[in-house]
Amino acid sequence: MKIVVSVKQVPARDSVLRPNGPWVDESDLTYEMNEPDAYALEEALQLKEKIGGEVVVLTAGPQRAQSTIREALAKGADRAIHIELSNTGVVDAFGTAALLATAVKPERPDLILTGLQSDDMGYGQTGVIMAELLGYSHATIVMDVEPQAGAVRIKRELEDGWFQNITLPLPAVLTIQSGIKKLRYATLMGIKKSKTKEVKTISAADITAQTNRSIAAESIYVPQRSKESTILSGDTRQAVQQLVEKLRFEARVL
Amino acid sequence: MSILVVTEHRAGTWNRLSFEALAAAQKLAKELDVPVDAVAIGSGIDSLAAELTQYPIRTPIVIDDPVLSDYTPDAYAAALEQLIKAENPRIVVFPHTYQVRDFAPKLAARFLTSVVSDVVDLKSSPSGPVYVRQLFQGKLNADVHASGEPQFVSVQAGAFRAANRDATATNPVRKFPVQIDPATVRSKPEQPFREAQRSVDLGAADIIVAVGRGIKEKDNLPIVEELAQQLGAEIAASRPICDNGWLPMERQVGSSGQTVAPKIYFAIGISGAIQHLVGMKGSRTIVAINKDESAPIFEAADYGIVGDLFEIVPALTEEIRKTKA
Ligand SMILES: Cc1cc2nc3c(=O)[nH]c(=O)nc-3n(C[C@H](O)[C@H](O)[C@H](O)COP(=O)(O)OP(=O)(O)OC[C@H]3O[C@@H](n4cnc5c(N)ncnc54)[C@H](O)[C@@H]3O)c2cc1C
Ligand SMILES: Nc1ncnc2c1ncn2[C@@H]1O[C@H](COP(=O)(O)O)[C@@H](O)[C@H]1O
Repeated sequence: MKIVVSVKQVPARDSVLRPNGPWVDESDLTYEMNEPDAYALEEALQLKEKIGGEVVVLTAGPQRAQSTIREALAKGADRAIHIELSNTGVVDAFGTAALLATAVKPERPDLILTGLQSDDMGYGQTGVIMAELLGYSHATIVMDVEPQAGAVRIKRELEDGWFQNITLPLPAVLTIQSGIKKLRYATLMGIKKSKTKEVKTISAADITAQTNRSIAAESIYVPQRSKESTILSGDTRQAVQQLVEKLRFEARVL
Repeated sequence: MSILVVTEHRAGTWNRLSFEALAAAQKLAKELDVPVDAVAIGSGIDSLAAELTQYPIRTPIVIDDPVLSDYTPDAYAAALEQLIKAENPRIVVFPHTYQVRDFAPKLAARFLTSVVSDVVDLKSSPSGPVYVRQLFQGKLNADVHASGEPQFVSVQAGAFRAANRDATATNPVRKFPVQIDPATVRSKPEQPFREAQRSVDLGAADIIVAVGRGIKEKDNLPIVEELAQQLGAEIAASRPICDNGWLPMERQVGSSGQTVAPKIYFAIGISGAIQHLVGMKGSRTIVAINKDESAPIFEAADYGIVGDLFEIVPALTEEIRKTKA
């Protein structure tokens, strides 16, 4: 089975974010693989181990995204396609999906796995739009993938602890939920091998993708708090004393 | 020219977020001076759709067809595409549910755009509505502008107060027939199911001590367990803690876990992503302990301590022990 995994590089989870116009100041951010994408990659690698085939990593991002591509290759992906795109922070979900779909189309994969959402933009849409543009079937918030002849039977998460199994024909796009499998670490051997694996670079400007009506951020900012919350100050001892007092005499819940 | 609300139901009951989406739509409608229509989709849902007549909606629309009896993205997108092409709404408003996440981007793509997803507020500008959506799991907000029409917008849970019934509403339901060839519906859904029975009912707990990724390792859990024990509280967690297997799944609070409303909810080392917040926002008193003063959990908290949980939690346990003594 030929599996493409779309992987995005995003600012590390504990980053201090400073809004700057329509995006954040990137000058001293560190980056990591978008968390659900790490699970999508893991699912792809396990499927390959089970039934054979190839795992191709697909990324749109600036030069720095190479480190995330290398990480995926070190974990066991076979090769990568890197769409060089400097301003990922301001491209909307359709724009990204159109680039990814156009680049991946000639590969004719059986399965495309994406994360269910990016930790930075949080659109939760790129995979679904790719499926539509490619004419593939799709399912979202996927917890488990069982390959069948010409199809996959997946377990999809619903709200409130409900699940549902769905069978869909290949080719298909699945958006993968975090936490489905335990993530592997790259081995030393894997890291060594990754250096010789193919990374095909395409400039976003060279891709003729479907154009769309845009959705653009005019400004981003730290939200103002609307609820009056009491932040207890002082050293640890003072803060916890005040807290216990408030819980007993103000909220009357202790 | 209208605003169209796409409602959601399961097994004959409304998803209440439908009426929050309706409230957002009413706000947009007032601003743009256009009417609000709402659509219910399914098979054999006449009586459910009839309830829409009790709300302030110009035209309650029902799309009722056997091909829509089980939700599939192919059939839903096709049905709504036909409706939208016939009605030409300026804005289509959805509740941001898992089902909407599954089909709305596909539908929007057919109109060459994506969804302004997870909207928490609305503003106006001379060039049309400005949608406020969250970035970075609620740490930042963005003011977003969408070009062209129809626009597609999904509304975050809890961001708008649900619209009420209107005793004077009388507008009758209109049926909208659709043509969908069942052969174009590719996915074959099975019946939804729940995993093994839950052995804890967090919904009944008076006090809950919930722990998140700030705890760093499983071996650190005893410090929150001691606090819980001192308070006679149940232990709960954010999703990553349960994903890691540090605590059983049944202790997960949030959109894919349990919804709780205790007298006190302690959120310890939890950032406050919306999927967690929806499961605990109804708690009477919320206490947050987090080292990041800009963590979104402080927005939901009544009381907060900014600092290192590894110092604060043991001190709090000790303080409570002293108070009880
Ligand atoms: C479809 C979907 C469904 C989901 N369902 C759920 C759900 O049901 N429940 C749920 O919880 N999540 C759910 N999530 C995940 C959710 O989006 C968040 O990723 C998750 O809630 C984050 O968990 P967290 O707050 O523990 O971790 P993080 O976001 O990593 O936050 C950790 C926090 O700990 C703080 N911290 C770190 N060290 C310390 C220290 N020493 N002292 C004090 N504070 C510290 C940090 O400042 C940070 O705020 C879902 C996501 C999706 C997309
Ligand atoms: N620039 C990108 N490069 C590769 N994959 C991406 C990119 N943006 C989004 N994706 C994929 O689409 C998923 C959903 O992203 P989003 O729609 O932004 O929430 C992510 O988890 C990735 O798998």
